[in-house]
Amino acid sequence: MSETFDAIVIGAGPSGNACAYVMAKAGLNVLQIERGEYSGSKNVQGAILYADALERIIPDFREDAPLERHIVEQRMWILDDKAHVGGHYRSDAFNEERPNRYTIIRAQFDKWFNRKVREAGALVVCETTVTELIKDDKGKVIGVRTDREDGDIYADVVVMADGVNALVASRSGIKKEVTPDAVALAVKEMHFLPQDVIESRFNIGEEEGVVIEVAGSVTVGMVGTAFLYTNKESIAVGIGCLVSDFTEAQVRPAFLLEKFKNHPSIKPLLAGSEVKEYAAHLIPEGGLNAVPQLFGDGWMIVGDAAQFVNAVHREGSNMAMTSGRLAAETVINAKKAGKPMVSSVLVAYKKALEDSFVIKDLHKYRRLPKVLHNNKHFFTDYPRLLSQAAETMLRVDGEDKRSKEKKITKAFRSTRRLGGLLGDVFNLARAFR
Amino acid sequence: MQEIHIKVEEKLYQNRYMVDEGRPHISVKPHTLPSEALASLVKICPAGCYSRTETGQVEIAPDGCLECGTCRIVCAATGDIEWNYPRGGYGILFKFG
Repeated sequence: MSETFDAIVIGAGPSGNACAYVMAKAGLNVLQIERGEYSGSKNVQGAILYADALERIIPDFREDAPLERHIVEQRMWILDDKAHVGGHYRSDAFNEERPNRYTIIRAQFDKWFNRKVREAGALVVCETTVTELIKDDKGKVIGVRTDREDGDIYADVVVMADGVNALVASRSGIKKEVTPDAVALAVKEMHFLPQDVIESRFNIGEEEGVVIEVAGSVTVGMVGTAFLYTNKESIAVGIGCLVSDFTEAQVRPAFLLEKFKNHPSIKPLLAGSEVKEYAAHLIPEGGLNAVPQLFGDGWMIVGDAAQFVNAVHREGSNMAMTSGRLAAETVINAKKAGKPMVSSVLVAYKKALEDSFVIKDLHKYRRLPKVLHNNKHFFTDYPRLLSQAAETMLRVDGEDKRSKEKKITKAFRSTRRLGGLLGDVFNLARAFR
Repeated sequence: MQEIHIKVEEKLYQNRYMVDEGRPHISVKPHTLPSEALASLVKICPAGCYSRTETGQVEIAPDGCLECGTCRIVCAATGDIEWNYPRGGYGILFKFG
């Protein structure tokens, strides 16, 4: 290819598709490069789609996007080995004309999104891996090198949307390598069940869905969470922990998933299902401190490659789509103004991110990764204490309630002591502030 | 900890792969004794691609690789492995993802 594109987008996940779509829609000459057979074939997520981020890109996406169920109920569970303590929120208000959250199957959803990118006029090349950036003698990025023969391609600007491993940026020396304490490894299975079984098992209607987010003893002392999401005819079940914790604890990820699936609160929900896929994926969980330099002469980084994930609220794909859109708008505006794609112009991307929920939310929770890392008892002691407390109060056995309360207080104080309890409250409150 | 015995290979049978015969995308550099990081991969690779030889070295059979990048990140500091994505179109092909 000898022509020079207005922009090259590396990767066809949520951030890359959002970016390529917005630029192509504005009439730019866009090339998108994807290493998979098709967009979605290399991508893994739970997965929840947050409608708002996509609506700002494709307002009428509900008409033909492959959506599984809109979410009407969220269950948050804390597990110890035998029990779960938790809160549920279910509301008929979520049965609205334009639902807010959906479960999706990424291989299907990404394929749809990428078809929209093509329809908008971008050239999409699959089965091609970008190996590095091409720079001019002043260090400005002017194109990419691929694993195809004669695979050098040139553009005014390159947007890296190549996911959590962000190989292109780190190998080109513009981003530091991801560290094991800033990413979680998640493993996931797809369990298939008839639609009516899922609906009766979860007490939901035809289009309605339930998500269960889980923390506790199921991660055997590691920092992590587990999940269970209802699709139309399948249930996605997965668990993830920090890579640094996996290496330290020497726990097999597949063992952890099996342990979770066999928990007495989870097992009946999956009974009789047929497993059709086992996947693994890294999730950026380093928070704001792990976010790299986001732009430079001739380049920008978006989505997971920029480590945009809000681990507390399990949000990532919305940050990916939003960052992709903001990067696209930056290019479009520069193009309109006839400005070059250099650092002093592309800084507008970072400013737009700072004005959006992406950086604001990462900033809000910037302290949390460290707090969790240094306080593993949040995942061990508290789940056990909460479960014991609930069992003590609910079991009717002739013991008076005041004695039961004393027993519970004693258990908390002997495990964490008063100073520890107060410190935990302070640390958590500060991390969530 | 209670030991649940799981055969990861059985999980991988569900998956679709396009194996690039004779062109492994990950390789372990020759060593006599594995570093702690390299040795840890035997347990923590989610696809169970790493194993120990009889003489104590760590070896890899990357056919079942899920391309997560865990081993790459764990060994980034030690340089024990050479890691690349498979050639375009090869490797894991997620049906659902």
